Amino acid sequence: MLLTATLFAPLAGALLVALVPAARQESARLVALAASLVTLGLAVVLAARFQTGDAGFQLGMTAEWVPAFGVSYRVGVDGVSLPLVLLTAVLTPLAIAGSWRMADRPRTYLALLLVLETAMLGVFVSLDLFLFYVFWEAVLVPAYFLIGSFGGERRVYAAVKFFVYTLLGGLLMLVGIIALFWLHQQATGTPTFDYEALVDFQKAPSTQRWLFAAFFAAFAIKTPVWPFHTWLPDAYTEAPTTTTVLLAGVMSKLGVYGFLRFALPLFPDGARWAQPVLLTLAVVGILYCALVATMQRDFKTLVAYSSVSHLGFIVLGIFAFNLQGLQGGVFYMVAHGLVIGGLFFITGMLEERRGTRRIEEFGGLQQVVPRMGGVMLVITLGSVALPGLVGFVGEFLTLLGAFLENRVYAVLATVGVILGAVYLLWAYQRMWHGPLEREENRSLPDLTRREWAILAPLVAAIIVLGLFPRPVLDRVEPSAQRVVEQTQAPSP
Amino acid sequence: MHPLAQATTQPLPLPEVDWRAIAPELALAVAGVVLLLVVAFWPRAGRGVLAGLTLAGLAAAAALTVWNWDLERVAFEGAVSLDGITRYARAVLLAVGALATLMVAQGDSREGEPDDSPPEVFPLLLFALLGMVLLAAASDLLVVFIALEILSLSLYVMAGETRRLAAQEAAMKYFLLGAFSSAFLLYGIALCYGATGSTNLLEIADATGDPTADGTLLLAGVGLLAVGFLFKVSAVPFHMWTPDVYQGTPTPVAAFMAAATKVAGFAVFLRVFAGALGGLVVSWRPVIAGAAVLTMLVGAALAVVQTDLKRMLAYSSISHAGYLLVGVAAAATVPAGVSASMFYLLTYAFMVMGAFMVVQYVSRLGPPDDDAIGERSSLEDYRGLARRHPWAAGLLAVFMLALTGIPPLSGFWAKYYVFLAGIEAGLTWLVVVAVISSVISAFFYLRVLVVAYLQEPVGDPGAETAPGRTPALGVALGLAGLLTVAIGLAPEALIAAARSAERILG
Repeated sequence: MLLTATLFAPLAGALLVALVPAARQESARLVALAASLVTLGLAVVLAARFQTGDAGFQLGMTAEWVPAFGVSYRVGVDGVSLPLVLLTAVLTPLAIAGSWRMADRPRTYLALLLVLETAMLGVFVSLDLFLFYVFWEAVLVPAYFLIGSFGGERRVYAAVKFFVYTLLGGLLMLVGIIALFWLHQQATGTPTFDYEALVDFQKAPSTQRWLFAAFFAAFAIKTPVWPFHTWLPDAYTEAPTTTTVLLAGVMSKLGVYGFLRFALPLFPDGARWAQPVLLTLAVVGILYCALVATMQRDFKTLVAYSSVSHLGFIVLGIFAFNLQGLQGGVFYMVAHGLVIGGLFFITGMLEERRGTRRIEEFGGLQQVVPRMGGVMLVITLGSVALPGLVGFVGEFLTLLGAFLENRVYAVLATVGVILGAVYLLWAYQRMWHGPLEREENRSLPDLTRREWAILAPLVAAIIVLGLFPRPVLDRVEPSAQRVVEQTQAPSP
Repeated sequence: MHPLAQATTQPLPLPEVDWRAIAPELALAVAGVVLLLVVAFWPRAGRGVLAGLTLAGLAAAAALTVWNWDLERVAFEGAVSLDGITRYARAVLLAVGALATLMVAQGDSREGEPDDSPPEVFPLLLFALLGMVLLAAASDLLVVFIALEILSLSLYVMAGETRRLAAQEAAMKYFLLGAFSSAFLLYGIALCYGATGSTNLLEIADATGDPTADGTLLLAGVGLLAVGFLFKVSAVPFHMWTPDVYQGTPTPVAAFMAAATKVAGFAVFLRVFAGALGGLVVSWRPVIAGAAVLTMLVGAALAVVQTDLKRMLAYSSISHAGYLLVGVAAAATVPAGVSASMFYLLTYAFMVMGAFMVVQYVSRLGPPDDDAIGERSSLEDYRGLARRHPWAAGLLAVFMLALTGIPPLSGFWAKYYVFLAGIEAGLTWLVVVAVISSVISAFFYLRVLVVAYLQEPVGDPGAETAPGRTPALGVALGLAGLLTVAIGLAPEALIAAARSAERILG
């Protein structure tokens, strides 16, 4: 019940926001913020009640939905999904606070953000494949409107590309889900989409391969795995900044979470079969997108490419099929969400002040807005995985996992770490240091109190989780271990 | 002896009249005649009165349908059969008829303009519905033909109900091509009769199992029947008339044609092909599957390039006929094919009618694009709709997303059910084509939303005329939207009802 309340609190908030009279759109912000904070509160209670050390699903709820199709409403959290639920619950209020000064139809915008939150939370907590698919597709609708209706110049192109690309992957996965359901029904006579029943159901290795391929289509596009990433720079760059925070911070985790939660345990043989391909794509993605990021002139696009590059590490960790890799992958998801969220927030704040995101328009900002610069430094260093900050733990564990599985991939990926440091620090240097050349930059105001309120929790989390990652890792470990066992399980 | 000669020597059996079995049809016929008399002798009767009478007739038919709900029998010596398909189709058709009545009652004239649509459209609507419900119940090919003619003749007239050039042209096209397809159907019936010695579906079903029967003749007959039915449900390559007719004809009539004709057409398609000709599935499945592939892809691909919403909806309806054909192709071997198609028809009818209702609403906001067409349905007219008419745009979004098949709206479950039936019948390749077509379809449904939501209004919004009071249309829109969302959230009951419609009596 608690989980269901957490899941639908944002949706209820969205309805309330939509009911705010048009003349008093400002109060919509308060309603939206309150709804997202209630969700955060519920998520915190959820985390407090969570039993550490238990690998299974907890705090769940099961109800019938469409018994004619064997579809049920089953939700629950384990060590893998709990951190992601918390991440979502933390980033949404920040995104709402970030949209505080929005002038264009704030009511619609905030309602859509809240709908997006429910849809994404739903993906993380669904334990019925059909329910999962429903939330998976439901993410598309608010995201489409957020990008297409509120984004930049090429927003329509970006929104349609994003929608159609993701829909294609999703529908292929749907065919896979139906086939899996059908095979299970043939074998056992019970129509069900229940996650655990379908995981326990033994599938022939050849079947697993093409089913894995169907799921791969959806997850690889959503993550995105190189070369399925082409929708992402457009979508991230064109979306309004606070939407990008949620897209990059949370939505990009849906794909990797899908691999971890569904593709691996459901089709261990298929996953092992595809492992070399996935590892290769991950490494190519890390290197390629890092190189492309280096070339960018628009800071937002640079961060977008850095996001794809970093997600490669998560895929690498997950497809290492060992505890270090999986645990690191989950931790990296959280770390990436915090860091990338911070980077996009700062981008948005700079854009609000200067009306541009081009790196060459800045320079020497450290002298004008030192506080912002300090925050930026922490976040950047968190992103390039400085030891002691959150990114390091994730990157270290995923690389360790990859190293234990296959050294070549790990070594190549390490080059990506270096490239990551190159493009981010280079951009940082060009924007924040050097001479203050542009006249317009001399009068930029430093962080406001509202902006502090947005960035402070992120910076605190980046430092605290970097120094004390254990609370998260302890909760992730049993569930990650279970996935490792499921993946290693010999086929019949 | 040759079966033909045999038939002539037998005395013509006089069927026992089973009043109860055709009670809903009788109610519709009576209501239609009453309305004709009212229109003839009381020419000043307002549209409200006529709509009220029409709705009363529909309500009576609905009550009789409910009364007959548990009745399962073959009546009139096998000419009419009461089974799941019959009652499900009756219920859906009557609901569609009620929504269409509300749309017609609203009319397509703007505030202050004289009404262009004649009052006879109400009785015609009832007669068309009579043909449709009879078609869904027909289990004799002659009754099929008669029912088809009742509905077609009514629709030919309805399509040209206004004096606008486009409507006249649409009616003429529909009539000529429709008559052509009726001839095909009739010839098919004759060949089937020649091959099996009967026009009764139950007897044809028995004859298909007989190895001594003339296979070639029967297959030729089946092919011609397929042509006739494919025309009525506007499947490729017999779809050419659809866009012109939907665009030219007044919006309420187009909505009624798009929704109701499909329901009746597919009901009889299922009964004849999956029921009576189920034994010949190996012969006809490749044809139907091929038509399904063409229909899905051609419909979706051509919809992408349309610039008029009514034309786009016409191509979208062609594409949806393709998904339904997947259900038909599956239905002969898996019962889920029947229930999936029936459920699809139900959801589709409300989605597409809803979409046309929004067209009708927007058409009231300004002068027509073109005097010959007389409506305002170009995509350009939807620019920035969300800013000026958020409710209309919101409903449009619901219908477009439902037609795309986005969960948790009704269209999603329908598509899912058809895909499931297809996979169950071993037609996975066909389902993959359906998935591809769904992705293509996202382009054009989204484009409507792009225009309505993401683009700024052009010109001076003050130049728009007010939509005026639209009580009937408002109610209809509300109902269609509510059903689309509610079926999406809680489809269980209606799926169960469709499941109970799986058994075909013949």
